[in-house]
Amino acid sequence: MSSKVQAAEVEESSGFYAKHKKVYPREVHGLYATLRVLGVLTLLGLYYVVPWLSWDGHQAVLFDLPARRFYIFGLTFWPQDFFYLAVLLIIAALSLFYFTALAGRLWCGYACPQTVWTEAFLWMERKIEGDRNKQIKLDNSPLTKVKFYRKAIKHTIWIAFSLWTGFTFVGYFTPILSLGQSLVALALGPWEWFWILFYSFATYGNSGWMREQVCIYMCPYARFQSAMFDKDTLIISYDDKRGEPRGARSKKVDPKEKGLGACVDCTLCVQVCPTGIDIRDGLQYQCIGCAACVDVCNEVMDKMGYERDLVKYTTQNAIEGNKSSILRPRIIIYTLILLGITSALIYNMATRIPLELDIIRDRNALYRTTSMGMIENIYTLKIANMDTEVHSYAISMQSDFNAKLLMRDQELVIQPGQSATFSARIEADPADVKKISQDVHFTLVAKDDETLRVEESGVFIGSGAR
Amino acid sequence: MSGNWSLYIIILTVVNVLGCFWIIRWTAKKKTAEEAKQGDTTGHTWDGDLQEFNNPLPRWWLWLFYITIVFAGIYLALYPGLGNFAGKWGWDQKSQYNEEMAAADKKYGPLYAAYAEQPIEQLAKDKKAMASGQRLFLNYCATCHGSDAGGAIGFPNLSDNDWLYGGSGDQIKTSILDGRVGAMPALGAGLTPERLDAITAYVLKLSGREADAKQVEVGKAIYSELACFACHGQDGKGNATNGFPNLTDNVWLYGGSPGQIKETLQKGRMGNMPAHRDFLGEQKAHLLAAYVYSLSN
Repeated sequence: MSSKVQAAEVEESSGFYAKHKKVYPREVHGLYATLRVLGVLTLLGLYYVVPWLSWDGHQAVLFDLPARRFYIFGLTFWPQDFFYLAVLLIIAALSLFYFTALAGRLWCGYACPQTVWTEAFLWMERKIEGDRNKQIKLDNSPLTKVKFYRKAIKHTIWIAFSLWTGFTFVGYFTPILSLGQSLVALALGPWEWFWILFYSFATYGNSGWMREQVCIYMCPYARFQSAMFDKDTLIISYDDKRGEPRGARSKKVDPKEKGLGACVDCTLCVQVCPTGIDIRDGLQYQCIGCAACVDVCNEVMDKMGYERDLVKYTTQNAIEGNKSSILRPRIIIYTLILLGITSALIYNMATRIPLELDIIRDRNALYRTTSMGMIENIYTLKIANMDTEVHSYAISMQSDFNAKLLMRDQELVIQPGQSATFSARIEADPADVKKISQDVHFTLVAKDDETLRVEESGVFIGSGAR
Repeated sequence: MSGNWSLYIIILTVVNVLGCFWIIRWTAKKKTAEEAKQGDTTGHTWDGDLQEFNNPLPRWWLWLFYITIVFAGIYLALYPGLGNFAGKWGWDQKSQYNEEMAAADKKYGPLYAAYAEQPIEQLAKDKKAMASGQRLFLNYCATCHGSDAGGAIGFPNLSDNDWLYGGSGDQIKTSILDGRVGAMPALGAGLTPERLDAITAYVLKLSGREADAKQVEVGKAIYSELACFACHGQDGKGNATNGFPNLTDNVWLYGGSPGQIKETLQKGRMGNMPAHRDFLGEQKAHLLAAYVYSLSN
């Protein structure tokens, strides 16, 4: 049947472009469907709930772009901490490699926002329009009052859900409570309006209309993930040795007598597929690895009284009858790298000192000669107190030559979450300055907390006695 | 842009947009039987087994191409893009800059206005105002005067309470707003090396430093002879009204070593503090004057 459908599709289209055929995924139950629902509920739950949590008097998770502060529960990140984001992205990329090599498109099938929101939209669609057959029938029927109302209700609910999604998204960047108040008063700024509406539109469009086309035509991950597959990667596959020749039969008939395989050709695996492919044609790039076909086929096999797993998670090697091992060098190496980087990140974050010192040497003059004949270098010290308490700091300087640090401000007091600029001079007798350029070492330490201590190096330039 | 260049660009842009439209139409059409059928491979093979299928793109993809062409049309009508045509909305970088400056003035203007109402000497004690003043100083002044306002050779030290043009708040503000020019004429032609040594010795002595007594005597006579007192005064204490430096305080704008003093005498000096009235405006200059005042008071 599927080949007939494909042939019909080809005849209808012309040139480089084809009219889109809507996919009506049938509802499915089973182990993997349950896992996906759990994933959807957890991820959507986190997404919608997290911005409403508060921590230490601020929104628990808030990416305050204008103030350049990222709050993630007890941690406050400054632009200086951008490094952590880079490491986080490296970990994310490595995780993708790792999980893809291990079990194929796990991300696509269970955790990708496109899958997660589409699942939610499909659920709403089913509640309003009924199951797959009813949906197809409704779409093929002429426009009646009932059809109009059903569609109108569906889109209204979708749009409402999308708007809530857009609002929540902006709530990660603007405190959500005041955002809500501004929304009620219709007093949002132009960019807040833009992002709420844009994100809503993207949610509505991608989950309501685009769906599998995002995965098939737009998503770069989808294409390069297959490059991380090997013959021991878990893929969803139809056992055609067991299944073929396919064909309808009665439950009472012994398939061997009729010369049939285990596949009853019920096409349920095609009907449940969110990307509209036939898994029996083999591994295809459209397959997002959601395992809906595994669930539904097992149901059918149970009903028929056949062995399960006609469609199942398996590996290329296993299909070909070779030895297949999950623990292979690639997985072990990925695991080690991933563990290494993750623990390094955790260690680094745990021992992070919420204090930053920047030494900026004046460049307008190489050095200054005072009326006393001394050589002076001028520095701007930028001190950022990234802690949550006010601190008073003491600064000192060590050098290999005889030099003195002079500060105009004796008190270095900085409020929490603030940075301040101080000017500093280092003075030396020209007789002591033997080199044209040499390092000087600044140490900044909080007077009330020895652990808040940073060291930074600067450069001292002098004429150098030659 | 001259008329011909403008025309050239207009034609090039329009032809490109129309060309894109034509290519899309041409490629979207059904092809002859020679080409691979949809769903078949195109016959190209890479790396042994990689084949290219002639699969169709979704129809909405085609619409995206058309939308970009419509977008280009709207864009070119509203924004500058067609040669000299400025676009319906008349957008340009200069007006965008002016808009942003106006927005910033609107935001920070009231703050500066409030500061400008306080006398400079009083404003200098306001910690918050001085934090703003420091930021302005680092932006506009530190390039010459140093981030600690300690100056450099040729650029006065603003933190030592020694003033060429007076150290009251208003005098500092005048220096910022209208600038200052301080010229020391070159005496090179009228000075033999011996006389130069002598007058240098006298200048060193004036500022309280060691110098050969005999040379100081000769130098003192030359000081009178060349009428140095006309600017620097009989006693060498200078004149703050006109910015003539005090020679008795061992503060040196152009360096206090004998060699540097000789260079000053021989070649003269030309100091120039630019005027900032048009650039910064009265209110920012007021705050800056208060900051500079606070450094030595």
